Amino acid sequence: MIGPALLVILLVAAYPIGYAIWLSLHEYSLIHKGLSRWAGFRNYSSALWGDESHAFWNAFRTTFLFTFISVTLELVLGLAMALAMHQAFKGRSVLRATVLVPWAILTVVTAMTWKTIFDPDLGFANTMLRALHLPGGHVVWLGQSGYALAVLIFADVWKTAPFMALLLLAGLQVIPEDVYDAAKVDGATTWQRFRRITLPLLAPAILVALIFRTLDALRIFDLPFVLTQGTNGTNTLSLEAQQTLVKNGIIGLGSALSVLTFVTVMLVSFLYIRFVGGNIKTLAEDV
Amino acid sequence: MSAAPVVEPVATTTTRTARQRPRFNSTWLLWIAVILIMLFCLFPFYWLINTSLKTGADLSGANIVPPHPNLDNYSSIFRNGDFTRALLNSAVLGLTTTVIALTVGSFAAYALARLRFPMKYLLLAVILSITTFPPIAVAAPIYKLWSDIGLYDQPFSLGLILPDLTFTLPLTIYILTSFFRAIPRELEEAALVDGASYLQSFRKIVLPLAAPGLVTAGLLAFIFVWNEFLFAITLTASASARPVPAAIAFFTGSSQFEIPLGTISAASVVVTVPLIVLVLIFQKRIVAGLTAGAVKG
Repeated sequence: MIGPALLVILLVAAYPIGYAIWLSLHEYSLIHKGLSRWAGFRNYSSALWGDESHAFWNAFRTTFLFTFISVTLELVLGLAMALAMHQAFKGRSVLRATVLVPWAILTVVTAMTWKTIFDPDLGFANTMLRALHLPGGHVVWLGQSGYALAVLIFADVWKTAPFMALLLLAGLQVIPEDVYDAAKVDGATTWQRFRRITLPLLAPAILVALIFRTLDALRIFDLPFVLTQGTNGTNTLSLEAQQTLVKNGIIGLGSALSVLTFVTVMLVSFLYIRFVGGNIKTLAEDV
Repeated sequence: MSAAPVVEPVATTTTRTARQRPRFNSTWLLWIAVILIMLFCLFPFYWLINTSLKTGADLSGANIVPPHPNLDNYSSIFRNGDFTRALLNSAVLGLTTTVIALTVGSFAAYALARLRFPMKYLLLAVILSITTFPPIAVAAPIYKLWSDIGLYDQPFSLGLILPDLTFTLPLTIYILTSFFRAIPRELEEAALVDGASYLQSFRKIVLPLAAPGLVTAGLLAFIFVWNEFLFAITLTASASARPVPAAIAFFTGSSQFEIPLGTISAASVVVTVPLIVLVLIFQKRIVAGLTAGAVKG
């Protein structure tokens, strides 16, 4: 019964990765189809310390900087949103439905929308800043490094903080109420209850959400592609590999960059599998 | 509670209902938070709709309400053959991929949930780790391979089915396995005692009971495909092959040099609204699917 699925998985996951590694050890010409020659590790040495190393390490740094800042912001914002959604109040279900909207909007559409809002002349952001006489009203947001990365991070936080909030809300809902009641009886303040009950008991959910979002952020592609095409310090690993491959048509180096991106993400992924290991074990147990 | 000063229990005076949730001290603070969250989540989508209703000179002003609202952009995108073609491509691609993922995935998930075999844990771990692959690692070799065998840039986004399965199939298997496990084994055993075959008990007992799981997995798979961007732009080059996300990214106006803001916005609204409606209808299922092992669609 599992045979067909295994076959498909081998075909769509194992085979491409294997082929990517094979391609990355060759030099290909797209102009003269079929022309290829063995390159050994030349594509890798070029990416890591040769001609292309500047672009690769820049993309590497940008990807990790982007991941670190946006995941941190998403955690803080997501936790705040989860705490609000966990309160008992009229209209709670409306709020829970609302936070699914950013998740449901296509990433390309998200990018287009923020690009419009941050347009230097006609965008809503600058128009508002100028009208309120606030600083920044004349910033060319996507045209300067630093600002461009900030917009990229902002767009990503908008899209995924609500998702983070839902993961954390699921964690909040399994904390038994009795613990809070006992703490209240003992006179613990709201802050003490948050600090000494909510946070420790939520820690496993926070950890899974963090690793999970980190893995997703490390492979970011759509947002920088639409917002900046990777200019002004927003070139990420996936984008650099895709552009080398498609725009510049350098198959060997593009594949090497893809494999390097893959290895980077998979190293982090092992952490993730370790932490959700318990979940998988339960699924794998015989009933 | 080690550092907190120990307060004498005053149990006799705390007669408030025991089952209430932890509350903010002041309700107004909560309401401000709620309104801010809703504004934060909804404003960009509102802005998109706002822009889609503007034409001509209104587009260059940042009015919060369109001064002369009209549906010209909408009628224009539906006269645009490239856009309607992309809708068709995405619908075909989404449905095909989802059906394959559900069919292949449900057998695998059933085996994982019910049968004994060695290295089951390892298999599930590998399946889950595939959902965390960076798509570029699959796109690079497929780009070369499809160019060689002629699947590159084919009508109806044909070349996207297999790479999209790389992500939707593991996701489907993972979600369905947890759903199948929740179905009591006794029901199938009763059917087997009554003379049903394994396949019959799977088809007549298990699948109907797992229907909510199939809906959840199917929705998440479809949303993944509808949203997928990297394969969409890497493996297609012409309008007849492009699915929705690629078409929107390469939207061109009446002239090559004009950024067709109004029509892009209208197209964006058209492709987003069905998704939002789906998500709101199946809200509970989607959240359950997303939080099951934190697998994301």
